Formats: sequence, structure tokens, C-alpha cells
Amino acid sequence: MATIWFMIVAVMVAMYVLFDGFDLGAGALHLIIAKTDEERRTVLRAIGPVWDGNEVWLLAAGGTLYFAFPLLYASSFSGFYLPLMMVLWLLMLRAIGIEFRSHIGDPMSKSFFDVIFSVASILLAIFFGAALGNVVRGVPLNPNHYFFEPLWTNWRVGEQNGILDWYTVICGVVALVTLTLHGSLYLATKTEGDLNLRARKAASVLWPVEMLLTIVSFVATVLVVPHVLENYSKWPIGYLVPVVVFASLGYMSYAHNKGNDKGAFLASCGYIVGMLVGAAFALYPNVLPASTGPEYSLTIFNTAAGSHGLGVGFVWWTLGMLLAIGYFVFIYRMFRGKVKLEEGSDHGY
Amino acid sequence: MDSALLVHRLHFAFTVTYHYLFPQLTMGLAPLILILKTLAIRKNDERYDRAARFWAKIFGINFVIGVVTGIPMEFQFGTNWSYFSRFAGGVIGQTLAMEGCFAFFLESTFLGLFLYGEKRLSKTMHWFTALMVFLGSWLSGYFIVATDAWMQNPVGYERGADGSLQLTSFWQLVLNPWAWLQYAHNMSGSVITGGFVMAAVGSFYLLSRKHVDQGQIFVRVGVIAALIFSVLQLFPTGDWAGRMVAEKQPVTLAAMEAVWETSPGAPLVILGQPDVAQQKIDNAIVIPKMLSFLTWRRWNAEVKGLNQVPKEDWPDNVPLLYYAYHIMVGLGTIFIAVSAVAAFLLWRDKLYQARWILWVLLLMFPFPYIANTAGWITAEIGRQPWLVYGLLRTADGYSKMVSAGNGWFSLLGFMGMYTVLSLLFVFLVRREIEHGPEPEPDPALPKIKAGSVASAEVR
Repeated sequence: MATIWFMIVAVMVAMYVLFDGFDLGAGALHLIIAKTDEERRTVLRAIGPVWDGNEVWLLAAGGTLYFAFPLLYASSFSGFYLPLMMVLWLLMLRAIGIEFRSHIGDPMSKSFFDVIFSVASILLAIFFGAALGNVVRGVPLNPNHYFFEPLWTNWRVGEQNGILDWYTVICGVVALVTLTLHGSLYLATKTEGDLNLRARKAASVLWPVEMLLTIVSFVATVLVVPHVLENYSKWPIGYLVPVVVFASLGYMSYAHNKGNDKGAFLASCGYIVGMLVGAAFALYPNVLPASTGPEYSLTIFNTAAGSHGLGVGFVWWTLGMLLAIGYFVFIYRMFRGKVKLEEGSDHGY
Repeated sequence: MDSALLVHRLHFAFTVTYHYLFPQLTMGLAPLILILKTLAIRKNDERYDRAARFWAKIFGINFVIGVVTGIPMEFQFGTNWSYFSRFAGGVIGQTLAMEGCFAFFLESTFLGLFLYGEKRLSKTMHWFTALMVFLGSWLSGYFIVATDAWMQNPVGYERGADGSLQLTSFWQLVLNPWAWLQYAHNMSGSVITGGFVMAAVGSFYLLSRKHVDQGQIFVRVGVIAALIFSVLQLFPTGDWAGRMVAEKQPVTLAAMEAVWETSPGAPLVILGQPDVAQQKIDNAIVIPKMLSFLTWRRWNAEVKGLNQVPKEDWPDNVPLLYYAYHIMVGLGTIFIAVSAVAAFLLWRDKLYQARWILWVLLLMFPFPYIANTAGWITAEIGRQPWLVYGLLRTADGYSKMVSAGNGWFSLLGFMGMYTVLSLLFVFLVRREIEHGPEPEPDPALPKIKAGSVASAEVR
């Protein structure tokens, strides 16, 4: 049962990254590719009806983590105290940037809200990458299963590391590039004209960077945590993961050059899922490895909630997800297609 | 008090108190907007559509702040209260995760459709989105109240091998009697906020002689809702809540009422300042034997006093608890009086001309917020010194790894952030109120949709 919940939480995190990833990426590009007020409104319109729902995946994933692995939630949230507080503030600023821009008419405040939205999106992407980096690298857990990490110590990977060291900074950059590329491909599917050209141009520039960073991050991960390969040698099916990652990258470039924006966006989804599954596969059954010694690591077994609760939860979780998927299909169908500003001036963006 | 414990308590208290200013209006306005939408369809009267559209704008601004200040609440269970989460997560993780899976997806989807989809949807479908927004926000409220209710009255759990609690009965958790009673009282309180806010904006328009037709609708709907729910707030929901506290948390009741010694025929203190050191009440105005009657329905029934338990089991801030409770009850009584007078004048067709009562209604709007906040302070300070009643002390629940210094860092950060949010909120809502509802469509231009004309002006 604990393994099932491990997969469920991993899927929900992946859903969050896929969905909120493209609006974070769109935010990161916002200032660069959208020049006029009309273009900026188009970017906001492209993510406007859905970003809030996308972000709910973060809350739902967080709630599910709390429910299925209470100790993991307790330990990691208090240990990552400082970056999480900053994530909260950034999420607030970003929401304000998106939602309140349209309420204030003058160009000066609009550009102010645009900068807030964009900067918060960039920082969030970096933070999420660094967070994943911390989980893969391990944290200094004490025998009581708790830890506390300062933001940085000496930037080196060691026993008493901080949130940021050279490895997690690389992870942050990988996340930023990945999500920005993801966002540019999404915007390409949703826009026309100059904006569409610039979104496609951004994707062309970012693709080789992503290719390079993928290789760098693989090498760095194996250097920093050599035992990530253990699960792969135990279950060789895991080697499918890098195949999926590079195949997605290849198809992304192919579809992009063919002008197939949707195909390229889907390839980006495949790439993200591949990267996340690769990390989850390497971790299992650990959920938060200890840099202080494997005996202190948090695993799905020493953090899971009681079996009765997990069983009951499976029933309502399935029901809840069916409903959520229904809503998502409905709203994405409703707002499908290219964004057109003139229709429906009652829209807020 | 340990300084880390203090800062973690302040951290949660500050963020949750601020947060709840917004959901109470969300949950209070949602049914009122649904009523406006229903009236528009039933009476085929576009005035109600314009009223609903105006309130949807306020609702939207309010909702965004409710969401962004709500996310930190979920995080803080782990960041600031990790020992509590480890201890109780096996049980209350259920209700919190269900809120995410059922209520948040529902709300976020249908709110987008409700706010931005009016032109794309048929009238009935748009009404349906308003219904779903209402259901989503009220469902969300239930999961949160059920979580708090479990902390007040833990049920359906067992102790696991490592000392943490694990769920044994899902239905006991979800149907906790404390949850149902607290929910009824809490939701009724939020509609009081919704009703008085709506009536206040309407009164503002009537007093300043702007948007008079809309102002009359707001005052009428607001006053009727405020009257119905102010009465329900006292009886039966308030009465239920009080008797449940008497039964399950007699020490809390004793502190709320400042009953120092267990005694038969206890008086009800209306006003007065409790002096904990000397165990007396200064300047007390009391109704003899009333407390015994209200609690147990007998004039000479025994009411348990604080002396029944050692001092370390008392709520740690008796005066604050006493005042919060008395402010809540006092304001609740005033709400009934004001809304009853206004409703009487409405019935006699005199309300819209009676400027004095419109002034009262206008100035009334902050008080439901104060009363709801005081109610939650009563519930939460009343539960002290326990975090989970009888099972886990607050002093044992916070994150021991997070130092007081880091706690202050983020508390001050939140204070700064919320100051900005407050300014922005006041500015945006004031702008909407200033701008007002759309004007009546000009009968000379019958075929242009009212919405597009007005919103073209706005954008």
C-alpha cells in the first residue's frame, strides 16, 4: 500500500510540474517575448483560466503527502523551512501579478505587475528544481528523523549541506530551462503572429541548452550520489527512463522544426515526466535520503500512515481524481484553441 | 513561555486570523450571489443579473486573497507544527487531503467559469457555475472545520507503535458531532458577514444617492440574510456549541465565563473585567443563576469551575478567552437587534428612506468580522493548553528544529506581505464600489448586451 501511495504522490507531483510548469515557464518568458500590452494580455489570457487550477495540483499533492506520509511531511517541511516560506511569498506575489494587473488601468502599474509576475515565476522554477535536487542529494537527518537546513553553508556537497550548493544550483537551472522551454512551447500552441514567432524562437534557443543541461545533470547526479544507480541495476527496466528522456528531446526538436507545436509541447511533457520518474525510480524506497548515513533515511515504510487510513484514502482519492480530471477536460476544452483578445471583453485579462 | 513556542503560536495565529477575514466573506457571499442569480432567472429581471455581476467582482478579488493566504496555512502544519503533524497526520491528513482533492479543484474550475464564462454559457449553465462555486467553498469549509473539530474532540483514532495516532474510523472522523455543530455555527457566522457587507454597500449607495435601484436590492437581500442568520447564530447553533463545550471541555467553559469555583446556580456575567490572580471579576454586571439555566436548563444546576483542575491545565490566557467570548456574544446580540429593526422597516416599506438606519447598516460592516474572529479565538484559546484536546499539549507540537530566529524571520515577512495585500485589497474593492454596478441598459439601444457596454468602459 505504501508503494502505491508513493506512486500516487509522484504522479501528483508530476501533474503539478506538467500543468503549473507551463504557466511558470510562460511567466519566465513574459517580459522577454511579450512586448506590447496586447501581447502581454495574450500571454496572461493563455494561462489565465487555468493557472489557478494548475496550482491546485501543488496543494492536492501537498495534502496527499501529508495524509499518506505524515512523518515525511513533518520532517521535510520543517527542515526546508526557509525556502518554503520564500516559495509561499513568491506564490502570493505571482498570483497578485496575474490577477490584479487587469484591475488597474494605467501602464505604469501594469508593467509593475508584469515584472512581479515574471520574476516570481523565474524564482519559483529555480526553487522547485533546487528542492528536487535536495531530495535526490539527501539532507542531514538526525536520529529523530528531523533536520534543518540553512539556505547555504559552503556551497559544497557534504554532510552539513545547505539548501543551495553547486549541485542543487545546477538542478535549479535545469528546472528553469526545462519549464521555460515547456512554457514557450505552450505559448506557441496558444498564440499567433509576432508573439507566436517569438515563442518559437525562444524554444529554438532553449532546446540545445536543455540538451546540454540534461547531460550535465545526469553526470553530476551520478558523481554526487553514486548509489542512484543501484535501483537501475536491480531493475533494468529503469534504463527505459533515459531512453524516454532523450527520445522526447529528439522528437521535441523534430516536431518543433516541422512546425508541429502541439507535438513539441507533448514531447516536452514526456521529457518532464521522464526526468521526474527517473528521480523517483532512483530514490525508491527512500523518500528523503540522509546525508548523515543511510540508517537515518526516511523511507516509504518508516513514514507511511496507518494501513486503515491509507486504504480508506484510496477510495476517496480515486473518486476525487476522477472528478478533477473531469473538470480539467471540461475547462481545457472550453478554452481550447488560440487566444483571441477581441472576443469576450468580459474576460479579466 | 519558550520563545520558539511563542513565535510559532504567533505565526499561526497571525496568518490564520488574517486569512479568515477573506474566506468568511467568500463563503458568506457565495449563497447570496446564488440567490441573486436565482432571482434573475425566476423573475426574468436583468437588475438581479447586474447585481450578481457587481458582487462577482468583489467576490473574485476577495477569493484571490483568500487563496493566496490559505496556501500558507496548509504549509504551516509541516513547517511550524511538525511534531503535531507527525503525531496527528495519520488522522487529520485525511480531511486536509480531501479538501484538496474535492473542494479546491471544484472551486478553481467553476470560479473561472463563473467569473469569465458568462458570455460563453447559457443562463442556466451560468447559474449552475454559481451553484458549484457555492458548494465548493462550503465543502472546503467543512473539511477545515472537521479538522479543527477533531483537535477539539478527537475521535476515530488509535495509538500506533511509535506513539503517533492512526485512523480507525473514517466516518467517525468525518461525522464527528463536534464538526457538525461547529460547522453550522461557523457557516451561519459567515453568511452574517456576507449579509451585513452587502447591506453596507447598498446603504452607501442609497445614502449617497447613487445606483439607487441596485442599492435597494443589496440592502434588501443583505438585511434579510443578516436577520435570518443572526437568529440562527444564537439559536440553535450558538446554544448547541455552548452546551457541547460544557459537556466535553468544562474547563474551557469555566474560563470563558470566568467561573472560578464549581457552584450551583451560577450567574451569567454580562460585563466585567476578570482578575485571574485574585479570582474575581471587577465591575461585574450579572444575571443570577442564568449560566446554570443556559448550560443545563435548570436554574440550580452545578456549573464546573476552574478550580476543578490544576492551574497548568487551564487555558493559558483566561482574560483573552473571556473577552473573545463576550465580544462574540455581545456583537451577536447587536446583530439581531439591528437586522430586526431594519427588516421591520423593510416590511413597512420605510427602510430606503430611513437614513439613520442606513447609516447604522453602513457602519455595521466591520463588526461581523470582529465577531467571527472573536469566535475562532474562543475556540482556539479555549482548547489550550492542548493542541489535540487531552492528547497533545501545544508546547509539544511545534517544530523543534526551527529556531525562534527563523520563526521571527518568516513571521515578520508575512506581516510585511499581508500589509501589502491589505492595501491592495482595500484599494481594489474601493475602486469597484466607487465605480459601482453597471448602469441600467438604455432602452433606446435594446439589442446591445448590458455586459459588453459596461465592461468595455472598465477595461
